[in-house]
Amino acid sequence: MHHEVVSHASEEKAHSALNTKMIWKVFWILLGITLFEVGISFTAIPHTILIWTFVALTLVKAYYIVGYFMHMKFEAVPFQWAILLPFILIVYLIVIALYEGTVLGLIPG
Amino acid sequence: MANHSAVTPSSGNIWDGGSSPFSVRWGKMYMWIFLVSDAFTFSSLLIAYGTMRHRFPEVWPKPGDVFTHFPFIHGHVPLMYVGLMTFILIMSSVTMVLAVDAGHSLKRKSVLKWLGLTIVGGFMFLGSQAWEWYHFIKGSEQGAYVLADGRYARTDDLEPGVLKFHDGSVVEGAEAQALIAGSVKNIKGANLTENEYGNVPLFGNFFFFITGFHGFHVFSGVVINIIVFILVYQGFLDRKKDYELVEKVGLYWHFVDLVWVFVFTFFYLV
Repeated sequence: MHHEVVSHASEEKAHSALNTKMIWKVFWILLGITLFEVGISFTAIPHTILIWTFVALTLVKAYYIVGYFMHMKFEAVPFQWAILLPFILIVYLIVIALYEGTVLGLIPG
Repeated sequence: MANHSAVTPSSGNIWDGGSSPFSVRWGKMYMWIFLVSDAFTFSSLLIAYGTMRHRFPEVWPKPGDVFTHFPFIHGHVPLMYVGLMTFILIMSSVTMVLAVDAGHSLKRKSVLKWLGLTIVGGFMFLGSQAWEWYHFIKGSEQGAYVLADGRYARTDDLEPGVLKFHDGSVVEGAEAQALIAGSVKNIKGANLTENEYGNVPLFGNFFFFITGFHGFHVFSGVVINIIVFILVYQGFLDRKKDYELVEKVGLYWHFVDLVWVFVFTFFYLV
């Protein structure tokens, strides 16, 4: 019973944690990052630095969308792990696939 | 279990039974599991795009040279249009989260307002995408030329008679006219077998498939939102005193927004 009470309490807390004010704050953050990305794409910053900046900012945007809009930040910790951990496989696939593509590009013919 | 452990767990560990370690309702959890699988599909598509881009770095089109149109503006305006589409989708994500928020307190009218605005945002995005596809398929007035020596030269509507190569070099005047006269082929716009943006048909394929797959998700999201809107309007969720349905479609809608954030970065930005 104790845990039922705890989970209900945490659910109540979760609902009060994401209020209208915070929703709009996240909106301005997402919009600001997007405008910043478009802005720096017109500058003469070296391409490699730009790409890594874009990747980092995209992950920040993803954090805010998943965490706040999709409410993940306020879910139970085991559930967060269950949903997010599989994406390690995606990181692995990115590394091997881009490496493979680059090597194929270097093979003549 | 003698002491009815379903009610009183024997220890303080949440995995000992008697409580839900995930503390989430099954409908929401199923939606999350579906979204994880869908995220893997989109990831695979984008990774395939990245792999081929690394495979053909010398011919792959630069996004900044491809998506340069903006309504009512004559000239090159790279990125602004997809930036606007991103804004529309983020905005509709906000209205959706406000609908979910209103649903928590069973405010039917407020849910209808925000959900309605979300549907409007979805249609705006779909319309924007149709406009973008139209310009991508139609291409420029002169298109690109495959020259006699196999090189690939693009043209620019703003600078007629100038040939532009992928490495940045430019040929103009009589020399350009001679190259055009001796060219093997003139490609305008894009389809599944060739496109004027670069000597690599895969670019068009990936564009149509990835943005199309995402657009189809937006389309189905709008349809599902309309169905939920009708259910809310009819008072179906009020009779249940439960707006979890809005929360579930909300998750799907935010996911569509999330995917666009990644498509925006990896297709248009880098």
